[in-house]
Amino acid sequence: MTTVVPAQPRFGTAQILFGLSVAILVIVVAVPVLLIFFNAFWVNGAFNVIDVVRVLSQHETYQALLNSLILASGVTVTGTIVGTFFAWLVTRTDLPFKGTMKVLFLVPFMLPSFIGALAWKMLLSPRSGYINRMFMDVFGLDGPVFDIYTYGGIILVETMYLFPFVFIQVAGALERMDPTLEESARISGADLFTITRKITIPLVMPSILSGSLLIMLYSMAHFGTVAVLGIEVGIYNIPTLIYEKIHQSAGSFASIRTGTVLASVLVVTAAFIMWLQNKVLSRGRYQIIAGKSFRPTQLKLRGLRIPLLVFCIAYIGITIVLPTATIFMVGALKTYGLPFTVENMTLYNYKFILFDWQLTRDAIRNSVSLGFVAALITMFAGVIISYVIVKMKVRGKGILEFLGMLPFSVPGSVIALGVILAWSGKFGINIYNTVWIILVAYIARYMAFSLKANSAALEQVHDSLVEAARASGATMWQALKDIVVPLVRPGMLAAFFLIFLPALRELTVSVLLYGPTTRTIGVAIYTLNEDGETVYSAALAGIALIIIVFGESVIKRLFKVARRG
Amino acid sequence: MACIELNDVTKRFGKVTAVDRLNLSIEQGECVAMLGPSGCGKTTTLRMVAGFEDLDDGEIRVGERIISSRKARFYLPPENRNFGMVFQAFAVWPHLSVFENVAFPLRIRKLPKAEVQARTEEALKHTNLWSVADGSPDDLSGGGKQRVALARALAIRPDVMLLDEPLSSLDPHFREEMRFEIKDLQRRFHHSILYVTHDQSEAMALSDRILVMKAGVVQQVGSPLEIYGAPANRFVFEFIGLSSFLKVGLRDGKMEVGGASYDPPSPPPSNLIAAGGAWLAARPNEIAFTSEGGAACTVARKACLGEVIDYRVRVGAVEVRVQKTRHDPGPAEGEACGLIFARPRWYPLED
Repeated sequence: MTTVVPAQPRFGTAQILFGLSVAILVIVVAVPVLLIFFNAFWVNGAFNVIDVVRVLSQHETYQALLNSLILASGVTVTGTIVGTFFAWLVTRTDLPFKGTMKVLFLVPFMLPSFIGALAWKMLLSPRSGYINRMFMDVFGLDGPVFDIYTYGGIILVETMYLFPFVFIQVAGALERMDPTLEESARISGADLFTITRKITIPLVMPSILSGSLLIMLYSMAHFGTVAVLGIEVGIYNIPTLIYEKIHQSAGSFASIRTGTVLASVLVVTAAFIMWLQNKVLSRGRYQIIAGKSFRPTQLKLRGLRIPLLVFCIAYIGITIVLPTATIFMVGALKTYGLPFTVENMTLYNYKFILFDWQLTRDAIRNSVSLGFVAALITMFAGVIISYVIVKMKVRGKGILEFLGMLPFSVPGSVIALGVILAWSGKFGINIYNTVWIILVAYIARYMAFSLKANSAALEQVHDSLVEAARASGATMWQALKDIVVPLVRPGMLAAFFLIFLPALRELTVSVLLYGPTTRTIGVAIYTLNEDGETVYSAALAGIALIIIVFGESVIKRLFKVARRG
Repeated sequence: MACIELNDVTKRFGKVTAVDRLNLSIEQGECVAMLGPSGCGKTTTLRMVAGFEDLDDGEIRVGERIISSRKARFYLPPENRNFGMVFQAFAVWPHLSVFENVAFPLRIRKLPKAEVQARTEEALKHTNLWSVADGSPDDLSGGGKQRVALARALAIRPDVMLLDEPLSSLDPHFREEMRFEIKDLQRRFHHSILYVTHDQSEAMALSDRILVMKAGVVQQVGSPLEIYGAPANRFVFEFIGLSSFLKVGLRDGKMEVGGASYDPPSPPPSNLIAAGGAWLAARPNEIAFTSEGGAACTVARKACLGEVIDYRVRVGAVEVRVQKTRHDPGPAEGEACGLIFARPRWYPLED
């Protein structure tokens, strides 16, 4: 007797899921990006490259491109040096309190750099910066000692917040590296200096490069620091010029075109950097990790041990503690510019922005609810899409992968611009100036985070686990519900917080999309500062810092519990 | 003349004594294997010889020269010891070609170009790597990588070769092949070798002498035959080869086991007779079945392993392992018979 196996239906669950995922990604991610290219290269219904060249050769745009390049290169060089040095110091020397230092060097990742820039402006602006004034008072100087409104100043501040990209990669590589690779060089007769030069550095070079390319990618598309420290003296980079164009010319055709051309340049550059980074990672990563290990030989710092410790503490003090303290202190001043004495300080500002002022209360509410909803939607959409990518055998899932990871190389200002083009009435839906347009942009921006976390979790779930459930009599859906979902729950949770926390402090996207009542925390801090409300701006920044640090520690606790359970 | 001498070498990690007053001297051209379970201190000892670890006591000499001494507070750094070393995880540098890996120690020594070329070529030819000299070591198999490491160690014509489980990361198939290669190279160049392994057959096949360690303490030093044939204590007996143990009482010239008493197969040492009990140790293939006499037992399980037939035999409450060749059909499962211990060894009960 033959058993009749029913043919696979043309539209099964797989196809429906696939279609749904493609739809989400196309609408949210692909359309806005395509619209940017379309607007940049299509003039009056015809393809036009000459006009693109014309826009790019205008002094303003040309200068912005050059500035982005100068700033990004500068930050990449300094960030790479700082990151590599500290990574080496905490992994390969006998520096005291290495573990603590390692944690502290990662703190800048947590802090929004535009808040840092704000603090440095308060400390080092040429006229009113507290440090400059102190120097002028103490030494009787006529002019300021430091000027933060310069290329050097911007590079310095960005370096403080971006060097962890290199630090993490290099410290990881140095820790995992098989120590016998260095020991065999030692027994071959090489001294420590030669080993470092000929063995260690070449072996971790891929990690150094990959980290510095991340710095470059981030710095190229970075809005906050340049907006706070550069605009005032006319230093624009690509994202700040896009912002300026969109904001000041109230959506005129010429300014939108300039914006899209700049955005296209940014996308292409970012894509190139991403491609380069992938190449470095896939081709250059040596297999230097080994199982059985004695700890690597530590360089004895001897006489330099204490001076280097002091140096690290000073670095952390100056780059983390000082700006943070400044934010809180300025936030408590009765008027900006007063000296920090007890009679000049008050908690009134904090109370005012938390409970009384509509603008800041709206901002906090907007950021929290936007972050929450965006994280929730992106988390669920991410699970579905990752499931299709990782587990299902459907044709064309490569497109999904590409679409989902696209936002990684599409900077925030580009996404914002694309969303404006797509959702301000051109296609029948106008949500411009509402909170919804920010939500759509957040989903597009953070989809890649969710896909990464969820794919990683799903790859851990071996196919045989599902097959065992099916063999035990479970249907496809029961297997998903009872086996897959419980196993990927940590990944989903990770995705949620990977989105919620950055969204809380987001500036680049929302600054291009906010309307009168839809300021986010980042936008409120930024605009208050622009309007000269420095004290309120600092107080709000202080509250943002508390929320962020609190959020980070809750997650750490949560993940510890989840891992133990 | 001793090539390397370790005198009372001691190493502590915190409160744990990893190596306790170890004494060993290795002659020129001799291969000594340090054998023991993981964590017994064998690798730590090797690393002290190499110079990667300090000593907490004792000294290490090469010929007349002290290279590590606690008392003199002197440590020659590893790069100045002129040793060749091969690591378990190969430790070949993936960013250098095979040739450059082997040439590295020679270039470090600032030898003239022509000599670097000649000696690297020679080392690569001895290890059959000349054809892949320009390739990346990452393209080689585990065995190939380990050959690169071996060539690199050979190139400097070292006084001493230190091998840290060099075959453990290889496929079993390659292990035997590499074993012969190492032995051949040693015969040709007459190196002194200190070899760390946890694999007893490797130690037996390669070395002139074996040092067995346990918890930082040397248990026995001797030729492979001595170690196998006359283990110094119960640990060594059990660690090398297969073993069967029987706890017996010794009273009135008889040995008691499982409630019955027999004539002992060989006279036990007098101190054990005085103690009133001992371990009777035997290799499973040196135990014979007999239908009359011997210690009474029943066959609990019988399994054919191919060339040998493996028995689990119950003597009183304990199980003893016996092995016979397949040509020697012994009793069937469940059958009662007697056991005769051909060449037993006696160890004190507290061992």
